[in-house]
Amino acid sequence: MEATIALAGNPNCGKTTLFNALTGARQHVGNYPGITVDKKEGTYIGDSGRIHVVDLPGTYSLTAYSLEEVVARDYLVREKPGVVVNIVDASNLERNLYLTLQFLEMGVPVCIALNMMDVAEKRGFKIDSDKLSRLLGVPVIPTIARSGQGKDELMAAAAKTIRDNRNQPPLTISYGEDVDNALLDMEKVIRNNRFLTDRYNARWIALKYLEKDEKIMEEGREANAGVAAKLANEAVQVAVHLKRTLETYPEAIIADYRYGYINTIVRQDVIRRGQENDRLYMSDKIDSILTQRFAGPLIMLLILLGVYQFTFSYSEIPVGWCESLFAWLGGLADAHLPDGMLKSLIISGVIDGVGGVLGFVPLILFMFFAIAFLEDTGYLARVAFMLDRIFRIFGLHGSSVMPFIVSGGIAGGCAVPGVMAARTLKSPREQLATLLTVPFMNCGAKLPVFALLVGVFFAENEALMMFIITIISWIGALLVAKLLRSTVIRGEATPFVMELPPYRFPTFRGLIIHTWERTWQYIKKAGTVILGISVLLWAMMTFPGLPENRARQFEVKRQTILASAPASVVRAVETAGEAAELPAAVQAVKDQLAAVDGKEAEAGLRYSAAGRLGTMLEGVSQWAGFDWRTNIALVGGFAAKEVVISTLGTAYSLGEVDPEESGSLGAMLANAPGWGPLTALSLMIFTMFYAPCFVTVVCIVREAGSWKWGLFSMAFNTIFAFTLSVMVYQIGSMLGF
Amino acid sequence: MLKLNMRQMKEKQNGIISAVRADGELGRRIRDMGLVPGTPVTIQGRAPLYDPVALRVMDFTLTLRNNEADYIEVEVNE
Repeated sequence: MEATIALAGNPNCGKTTLFNALTGARQHVGNYPGITVDKKEGTYIGDSGRIHVVDLPGTYSLTAYSLEEVVARDYLVREKPGVVVNIVDASNLERNLYLTLQFLEMGVPVCIALNMMDVAEKRGFKIDSDKLSRLLGVPVIPTIARSGQGKDELMAAAAKTIRDNRNQPPLTISYGEDVDNALLDMEKVIRNNRFLTDRYNARWIALKYLEKDEKIMEEGREANAGVAAKLANEAVQVAVHLKRTLETYPEAIIADYRYGYINTIVRQDVIRRGQENDRLYMSDKIDSILTQRFAGPLIMLLILLGVYQFTFSYSEIPVGWCESLFAWLGGLADAHLPDGMLKSLIISGVIDGVGGVLGFVPLILFMFFAIAFLEDTGYLARVAFMLDRIFRIFGLHGSSVMPFIVSGGIAGGCAVPGVMAARTLKSPREQLATLLTVPFMNCGAKLPVFALLVGVFFAENEALMMFIITIISWIGALLVAKLLRSTVIRGEATPFVMELPPYRFPTFRGLIIHTWERTWQYIKKAGTVILGISVLLWAMMTFPGLPENRARQFEVKRQTILASAPASVVRAVETAGEAAELPAAVQAVKDQLAAVDGKEAEAGLRYSAAGRLGTMLEGVSQWAGFDWRTNIALVGGFAAKEVVISTLGTAYSLGEVDPEESGSLGAMLANAPGWGPLTALSLMIFTMFYAPCFVTVVCIVREAGSWKWGLFSMAFNTIFAFTLSVMVYQIGSMLGF
Repeated sequence: MLKLNMRQMKEKQNGIISAVRADGELGRRIRDMGLVPGTPVTIQGRAPLYDPVALRVMDFTLTLRNNEADYIEVEVNE
């Protein structure tokens, strides 16, 4: 069997870079079962043979507070990797060793990669890795992950640690008299009862009780409630005693002594600092401009605009290729399949559905590239820093701004990459609130709907109206975020204790891997479900078909038109191409035939399941000013918002209407009974806020980790949108608009 | 020597942490990042709206909100 090593370390310590350098193309990404933390695995092939490498999520500690910490710790306990390769940032040794100590206290075999030696040296640091190795009692190998330097030595040391398989005794740190005595007592109880000792060492369990580690305490209660209660009780006594005598907490004492221990190690000439005192000189210089009180926000706006421009403008061409590809496939199916249900299913259900997913791929690729760039350079952390104060008012986090903008905060984005961009948020409650509100932004698919309605009903103030629409969506999203954070996702704000990593120039290879792995996950996970829903929606709008006798009526009408026309005209109609310039007589017959086709499509749509649903909903939806045709269009809009227009086209017996060229539909609506500026406004508000399109829903489910939140966003958004629309329509009607 | 709440510190001011009064999740995060008594800190700067604040601790830059800085007491030279 292949040996397994686990890579662990702080965020920003160069862990991912080292993982990429070790495994190259031999890696794959998934999620840990049931949660959305990335699980990366790969294979190292080198002098030390084949080694299976697992990349644990970056953590500062192993206290089981964040998901990342839980995952890292559980992995070590359950999977027992041969060795933990702990990556330590040499230019930030003290804090990085805090995690190292916790591995040593757990008693797992450790091998240290002293990374970023080049950075440390440049800043005038000299680190004695041999001495550090002697003091800690584990191998310490200097590495430079960016260039791959030291990786083979590191793997050799790791392989040797696995081979030696020596039973490394857990590190014992003194925590001062009070805590030490309590630990000794608790250890005795734990040993005598063999309490969880098959998994953890006794002193470590006692420490976790003092640190009030919920996960371990729960495990303890399940294993042996009596002993667990005894330990918990002892921990409380220590806490009370410490509070009274020193006015502090056990976990504070423990952290203090750990850092004290690190200090004594580091001070034994492990580090020699050179002349240059402030080694973050460059980063500070850059920060003094990029986060400057006035210039900072301005530069941020420019950079965000740049990202937006890059993502949506430059991806337009490849997105166009994808669209042409699917149009070509559709055309192919149209030409070669016999008319009928199967053809309709393949074109409207399968090709359009899959095309809807894959068409996004270039866009998502660009967007993840831009985000990976901002993230890897360290700028994204600065954006969060600058915007946190404003977003906090609404229960969000500074990092929420990126997802909002990508989703269409500047009108014309897309909620799918927006939802996926919310990954950069590390705080679970704020992330959920962000996920659920970004679909309110005005994505590119809603714009044709707005453009049509504004063009017809608010022609004098088009630009102003579009601006107002953008503002309404922002206000709606922020207020709903606030509402959610004070109800269903209630809870204190996650602390903003966050590292601002030094600015770095990202490696191209890292960016490519980053971008591709996320994009591939999207293709894989989104593809299957979306195909299913797309077929379902197609079926709803197709079945049941018109009964035989009614279909025959339309056929008879067509025959009558053809019979009453001269034979030469009929022949011309049958052979005429799409774009050909036709004599007036021929065109007239063609128009008449198209009108009949439209009427049949309208009748068919009304007769279908979606149509019946639309008609049924009319009783309710009339409060917002929507008739059955609008209802069907909105049902179709669940597939993708631009479908609202093409479906309205069919419902108003115009046949297929292209969202980009909706002139005829506009003219139709302008004169249709029941339509006016008020209905248009009500419909725009509804379109803005109701259920996200299903690609977005699938992504929300993926990112939030359960279907519950996907269903919630569909139900909640629709009810919210309907309430607003009814208010607009009713108040507007009362005021006489 | 003067003991100050971290919120009251001015930009570029140095000091040594004398107490951290937070417990629970916040306390743990603060300590995990190395903010323990005896650690020297410098106020590096503040966000455009004066909150959060950026600190220099050991060899890296850390941010926290003002209401989180309230739990940290710092000894400064006048």
